[in-house]
Amino acid sequence: MDLLTKFIDTYPIFLKGMLLTFQLTIVSIFIAIFIGLFFAFLKISKVKILEWIADLYIFLVRGTPLVVQIFIFYFGLTSLNISGFWSVVLGLAFHNGAYIAEIFRGAIQSIDNGQMEAGRSLGMSAGLSMRRIILPQASRRALPPLGNQFIIALKDSSLASFVGVYELFNIATTQGSIKYDYMSYLLIVAVYYLVLVLFFSIIVSIIEKRMASSD
Amino acid sequence: MSDSIMIQVDKLNKSFGDLHVLKDIDMTVKESDVVCLIGASGSGKSTLLRCLNFLEIKDSGIITFEGSQVEKETHDLNEVRQKVGMVFQHFHLFPHKTVIENVMEAPIYVKKVPKAQAEKDALALLEKVGLSDKKDVYPSKLSGGQKQRVAIARSLAMKPDIMLFDEPTSALDPELVGEVLATMKELAEEGMTMIVVTHEMGFAREVADWAVYMHDGRIVEVGHPEQLFNHPKEERTKNFLDSVL
Repeated sequence: MDLLTKFIDTYPIFLKGMLLTFQLTIVSIFIAIFIGLFFAFLKISKVKILEWIADLYIFLVRGTPLVVQIFIFYFGLTSLNISGFWSVVLGLAFHNGAYIAEIFRGAIQSIDNGQMEAGRSLGMSAGLSMRRIILPQASRRALPPLGNQFIIALKDSSLASFVGVYELFNIATTQGSIKYDYMSYLLIVAVYYLVLVLFFSIIVSIIEKRMASSD
Repeated sequence: MSDSIMIQVDKLNKSFGDLHVLKDIDMTVKESDVVCLIGASGSGKSTLLRCLNFLEIKDSGIITFEGSQVEKETHDLNEVRQKVGMVFQHFHLFPHKTVIENVMEAPIYVKKVPKAQAEKDALALLEKVGLSDKKDVYPSKLSGGQKQRVAIARSLAMKPDIMLFDEPTSALDPELVGEVLATMKELAEEGMTMIVVTHEMGFAREVADWAVYMHDGRIVEVGHPEQLFNHPKEERTKNFLDSVL
């Protein structure tokens, strides 16, 4: 049980890393949801120039590797005296925002047009109908792919290690190099990631069940 | 029937691309009138109804509602729509809200009615359509006929001056049509102004003050249902009636 002793010996430092990974993910996804909603609205605005802006954003995100985006954000933002943590958070938010925009756009457009018409026919404005009628239904449909994106973001946050943020993966490689034992700490960090992913999956499925009460 | 004019349409035209759907429609509906629009599918009945509720914006012509000419440039269409209720073929209830929440939604968020008052009003309306026992269930648990009666209650909650029905029973199983027609009949007897696109000739005969036959985007014939159905003047009306009766 060599691996277990290594696990027990290093858990305080890994727990710190887990907290940082957790924070990176939560904060960046939180921001990404607003970015995503904003660009989803641009895409369905039927105003050509706004659609183009959204298309360009999504093209940039999809067309470049995440690790390149993180480096650009890191070097760009730390030169403006923004911390490493926040530059990575914003990089991840910028990246996930594009995928979340597409998730929201799809979910909004999947709601029957009759719902908007029913709202409008009652005298509700387009904005009010969107807020009260369409978005609650769309967010329900967006939840499964959103949960998926959430887990992708959690695992992608490991790329923050390349710009020196001391999250889970960085701790694993550091421990590995100190002790000349990469494999053990990579296996250990995999367990931490699995636990985090399991935790998020359970949260998402609880929310899904709650929201499904009307179906 | 009173004499004051509720809605007047002059030379209304509407096209979708190359398709000229409404051609020079003239129509005058007085307060408490019950009007049935009949005609084959594609004749423009639904589009006419949707123009009257400004869900479709006319290309040309004049729509006068309660004495004022309504244009999207000069009027807040949201305010006009509050007075023009609409019931859809496919109900379009809000699936994420319970029956009573469906009915309370617009009064609370559009008219800013206090919640307690909105709830009281909604209960009275559900009572009226015979569904007060279903107030806390979600629409997915209702039959088609019940859904449509909730939709009628939801529309009535805004206290509209006129109600538009777009084929309200066409999506229903035959045994459920009666309950919806009964609710509509009751509404007509209370003096509600109604324009109903329908294939229910029995309902038209019994409840309508007058009926309109539309064909190919034009109003072909207007008359009392009895006269229109039994002694149509126009050959096209006769052909249509022969095909549906």
